[in-house]
Amino acid sequence: MSNTPSVWQDIARKGLWQQNAGLVQLLGLCPVLAISNNVVNALALGLATTLVTALSSATVSSVRHWVPHTIRNPVFIMIIASLVTCVDLAMNAWLHELYLVLGIFIPLITTNCIVMARAEAFASRQPVREAAWDGAMMGLGLTGVLVALGALRELLGKGTLLAGADKLLGPAGQQLTLHLAGADYQFLLMLLPPGAFLGLALLIAGKNVLDARARQRAAAATYPAPDAEASPAP
Amino acid sequence: MSIHATHIARPVTVSRVMLKVLAALLPGIAVSAYCFGPGVLLQLLLATVTALGAEAAVLRLRQRPVTPALADLSAVVTAWLLALSMPPLGAWWMIVLATLFAIVLGKQVYGGLGHNPFNPAMVGFAVMIVSFPAQMAAWGTPLTTLDAAAQLQWIVTHTLPAGSNLDAISSATPLDVLKTGLLQGGQTAGQLLQQPRFGHWGNAGGEWVALAWALGGLWLWQQKLIPWRTPLAMLAGVLAVSLPLWLWQPAHYASPLFHLLNGATLLAAGFIVTDPVSGSTTPLGRLIFGFLVGVLMVVIRVFGGFPDAVAFAVLIMNMAVPFIDQTTQPRVFGRKGGRHA
Repeated sequence: MSNTPSVWQDIARKGLWQQNAGLVQLLGLCPVLAISNNVVNALALGLATTLVTALSSATVSSVRHWVPHTIRNPVFIMIIASLVTCVDLAMNAWLHELYLVLGIFIPLITTNCIVMARAEAFASRQPVREAAWDGAMMGLGLTGVLVALGALRELLGKGTLLAGADKLLGPAGQQLTLHLAGADYQFLLMLLPPGAFLGLALLIAGKNVLDARARQRAAAATYPAPDAEASPAP
Repeated sequence: MSIHATHIARPVTVSRVMLKVLAALLPGIAVSAYCFGPGVLLQLLLATVTALGAEAAVLRLRQRPVTPALADLSAVVTAWLLALSMPPLGAWWMIVLATLFAIVLGKQVYGGLGHNPFNPAMVGFAVMIVSFPAQMAAWGTPLTTLDAAAQLQWIVTHTLPAGSNLDAISSATPLDVLKTGLLQGGQTAGQLLQQPRFGHWGNAGGEWVALAWALGGLWLWQQKLIPWRTPLAMLAGVLAVSLPLWLWQPAHYASPLFHLLNGATLLAAGFIVTDPVSGSTTPLGRLIFGFLVGVLMVVIRVFGGFPDAVAFAVLIMNMAVPFIDQTTQPRVFGRKGGRHA
């Protein structure tokens, strides 16, 4: 990395990895833990959250000069809630079966801390394009965690991957489902809430291990000068 | 061998204590192997090997010295307690998986011996009973006719030699039989307990195993390795719930004796609630901890969804230990009143 990364790369790196909403900020844990029992549900909720975060960040950023500081939170919540209602109605119309499975967690995106946190911490003080990019990257970072956790729990819990893909992709999706264990295989713990906590803990530990290795390598490469780019330990 | 002056006590090491705990388990293991067959011994072997292997692997990952941690035998104690709480004829992968959860997620993740807030063996047991309730409910019939070779074959391959009957190797525990019998209605607890499965005192075969656990526990107490407060308080807790229920409606509730001799009550009293790491450490705290374990155990057994509840009762009370210990600090000598020394 000879030249300094552009602001876009920086935002992307923070959203996807360094400040990952699920693994570092630990925001929005309620849907992460509740919906991650298979890949399809996790992916659908992750993408819906991404859409809301990107759109709300862009909207919040575009009105940031006209929102009085003292009432900014109610205004942001109104914007977020309207966008979530749009996503909710759209999913009900076009992805009805998936909508029934995800249930209350679609409207609950309104209260997801990530959306509000990005509006408050980033979008309310940055230009529109940067804010939208940041919202999308934060959302995709969360989607990645959701899908990884969903895959882990679905694989260990039921021995399948992408079960119910037809709900997301139509009838063709049925062929995507992988059955990697016998039909009677079930490890209930991973499908129950403890599995979500254990799985998330393992993912966080895994990220910390990778980060520690990367820091060690960077320190070895640039010794004696400490690496200015190294992120502070979470 | 080192020689000490006679007035210097021999140092108490962790491995000596653990060795004595293992020795105290031997009478129970012997009776258990007599009642349920040599499958018990294979379970112990599988658990021991898995525990030592998992402990060594995690210690290597954590870049800690492996040998001292293995030599302290605490992993073996965990493995044995777990193996003795699991069904004697359960498939091999059950005890292996349970031991892995106990050692890796119950103990090493928190930093190894002395740092685990939960009793590792009970963590492993709870994982299994939540994940595989059907397999965990299938206990061997005591004093079974199945010979040793057939038992071992069943555990390893889950197949039986021709001519053997599956009923001979998997029957519900007395706790299970009583629970389902009472739920179905029609029969009183007294009538249900007439079945041969319940023996004279509520658990054919199992009652002798339970008494052998008590013997081991008493020896540990005589050796001053476990305090008297926790086990006695736990038994008092069992009585405090089961006795009034039994006196009130003997047709619906089993006797206190039944609760004492069934499931893991006496194993828990001698070996599980007395765990010095995850249990309470203050004198008053031990009484509270033990008593509430006993109360919770009977409450979950009688009113809950699972037949036996030692693991859940112990884990729930493990969570309360920091609070109990903090509020029951003994007064520091020379200070007035102060709870918080």
